[in-house]
Amino acid sequence: MSIRHGLLALLERGPMYGYQLRAAFEESTGGTWPLNIGQVYSTLARLERDDLVRSLPEHDGGQRPYEITDTGRAELTVWFATPVSRTDRPRDELAIKLALALTTPGVDVRAVLQTQRTATMRSLQEFTRLKTGPDRPGDLAWRLVLDAMIFQAEAEARWLDHCEASLVRYQPASTHPATTPDASSEAAAAADPAEVAQ
Amino acid sequence: MSGNTETTGVLELRSVHRTHGSGEAAVHALRGVSLTVQSGEFVAVMGPSGSGKSTLLNLAGGLDSPSQGEVLVEGQHLRALNRRQLARLRRRSVGYVFQDLNLLASLTAAENVALPLELDGLGVRPARRLALAALAEVDLADLGPRFPDEMSGGQQQRVAIARALVGDRRLVLADEPTGALDSQTGEAVLRLLRARVDAGAAAVLVTHEARHAAWADRVVFLRDGIVVDTSGPLVEPEQLLEPAP
Repeated sequence: MSIRHGLLALLERGPMYGYQLRAAFEESTGGTWPLNIGQVYSTLARLERDDLVRSLPEHDGGQRPYEITDTGRAELTVWFATPVSRTDRPRDELAIKLALALTTPGVDVRAVLQTQRTATMRSLQEFTRLKTGPDRPGDLAWRLVLDAMIFQAEAEARWLDHCEASLVRYQPASTHPATTPDASSEAAAAADPAEVAQ
Repeated sequence: MSGNTETTGVLELRSVHRTHGSGEAAVHALRGVSLTVQSGEFVAVMGPSGSGKSTLLNLAGGLDSPSQGEVLVEGQHLRALNRRQLARLRRRSVGYVFQDLNLLASLTAAENVALPLELDGLGVRPARRLALAALAEVDLADLGPRFPDEMSGGQQQRVAIARALVGDRRLVLADEPTGALDSQTGEAVLRLLRARVDAGAAAVLVTHEARHAAWADRVVFLRDGIVVDTSGPLVEPEQLLEPAP
């Protein structure tokens, strides 16, 4: 998702100015996605350029509220109607890291996995702890956001279990000493196969 | 009993080994596991099949005994108890919640919950009173007279939990207690366990679901019978090293 659509959705509730939008954004994501005010204003500027919002006359306090336009409303409707594609998300650093761990000589992949698992478990515990407090009215929205994070962390934990189970059967491909940068001694040894065999 | 003076937790496992079989065919289910669970502490044990989780739980509940090492429940060395004393400790101090609920179909909810108390020699009346209180605690105050097959899966699971907690049990052992329940009902079960621990019980939950383990204060990862990692606050090492007075 983009901040852009988040702000459009908030403006659909009624006109708001930058600081109000930031507060409302953080409130609706349970404080899990902090925004800085600069991001809010630069996003508003782009939305205004694209005719999705328009700015209203300044308040006495010098705050300039924005309101959603009809074009903005149409954009918002399309956004709500479109499923989120997994490929829209940023690259998965963890998957890349594990892939590299597997193909880099000397890396203990199991340790990488366990370190990640413990970290994932810790976040899961923290998210879950947030749920143990007493219910507040109007809590459902942020609870669902929290649940989304819990289920995502759980999916990651499962995937790590799966990786570990796959590792049990994994036979590392033989590495070619010549392609290893710091393997001058090994390369020298390999030059004399008889010596290696000893 | 001398055990009372050296306890550091409601449950304590000291370098516990459990080997099934012998010689070539020996299976080392646990290989030197130490674990202390305090009152007010909720510990989850995670690990793949065959990692030793269920063995650990059976040892903790006195359903099995270690090949080596010590198990203490409320400061009592289980090894030192005779069969009758052990059975009594299991009934009085330990509550079990299994995936397979083991509710007796011919008894009502209240009778199921009262059963362990009656087996322990408590009169029918006081046992029933405690059973109804335990049912009220799991929000089933009105369902005491119902039979298990007249209840939903979630309600049956709550009856099983009430039975595990009835009376003055301070150690709750749970093995995949959310079984086939849907995610909402499963979460209610864990919420309930959490509340009981916050009220002073000690709990050990065996699960392969990270989302369930996340309700614990501490998550212990078992692999091939040893603890490979722990997530959450650890017991201070000096507490374990302190010589028994």
